[in-house]
Amino acid sequence: MQLTYNQMVVEQVSDTDIDRIFQALADATRRDIVRRVLQSEQSVSALASGYAMSFAAVQKHVAVLERAALVAKARRGREQLVHGNPDGLRRAQLILDRFEELWRHRAAGIASILAED
Amino acid sequence: MTSITVEKDLEALTMTFVAEFDAPVERVWQVWEDPRQLERWWGPPGWPATFTRHDFTVGGQSRYYMSGPDGEKSGGWWEFTAIDSPHRLVFDDGFADESGEPLRESMVTTMTVTLETVDGRTRMSNLGQFTDPEEFEKMLAMGMEEGMRLAVGQIDAILAG
Repeated sequence: MQLTYNQMVVEQVSDTDIDRIFQALADATRRDIVRRVLQSEQSVSALASGYAMSFAAVQKHVAVLERAALVAKARRGREQLVHGNPDGLRRAQLILDRFEELWRHRAAGIASILAED
Repeated sequence: MTSITVEKDLEALTMTFVAEFDAPVERVWQVWEDPRQLERWWGPPGWPATFTRHDFTVGGQSRYYMSGPDGEKSGGWWEFTAIDSPHRLVFDDGFADESGEPLRESMVTTMTVTLETVDGRTRMSNLGQFTDPEEFEKMLAMGMEEGMRLAVGQIDAILAG
């Protein structure tokens, strides 16, 4: 039932994709990582130095973001560089725009009821 | 013409939809109070809502379902916690099973609807308050509607940042 509701909201993005995007963005550190790597690509160790948590923990956050296609990693020499994936974010934005559409639809529905008076 | 804005406060886990209508507040109040009017606008496109119960009193509950294009149904429930006619309405909103009974494990959103007169029109603000962040995360994993509402704020903040 809930899956059905999902599908009607976003037809071209699978439920698994949606789950991954929302899970990825539900965490403040991960949102901060996305912000940083959209500005400039950074190594996982450079990112890790910016947070009060272990390298492994930061690496885990990056992996979650990578699975959601919000960031991508590239190896350069001995370093793993993380960069933002604007396409992934745009796709997520598309999902959300549909929600705004739902409320616009509701407001238009109310306006048309009022117009019958 | 109807104008609408969406405001998101990620830190407070809230989202507000604001729309203005060319009608007095008493008239706009009726689209919430009267289930026959309510069901004409609550459902998403192609998913008309049917309210089988709408006990519009403090402590009262509503049951509704939305019917999809292939005959599938998606249910929901409300429980009213404050009603100050015709200016303010507060209710909890959650998912329901096929028979319309609340799904206990599902995320509950508190909705506050405020109607006020601004320049001779009615401004309707719908504030969605998500409850507990842990519940919230669980709900996000289920990919529900409210999850998407919150994520609007998250993504906007990232794109703006």
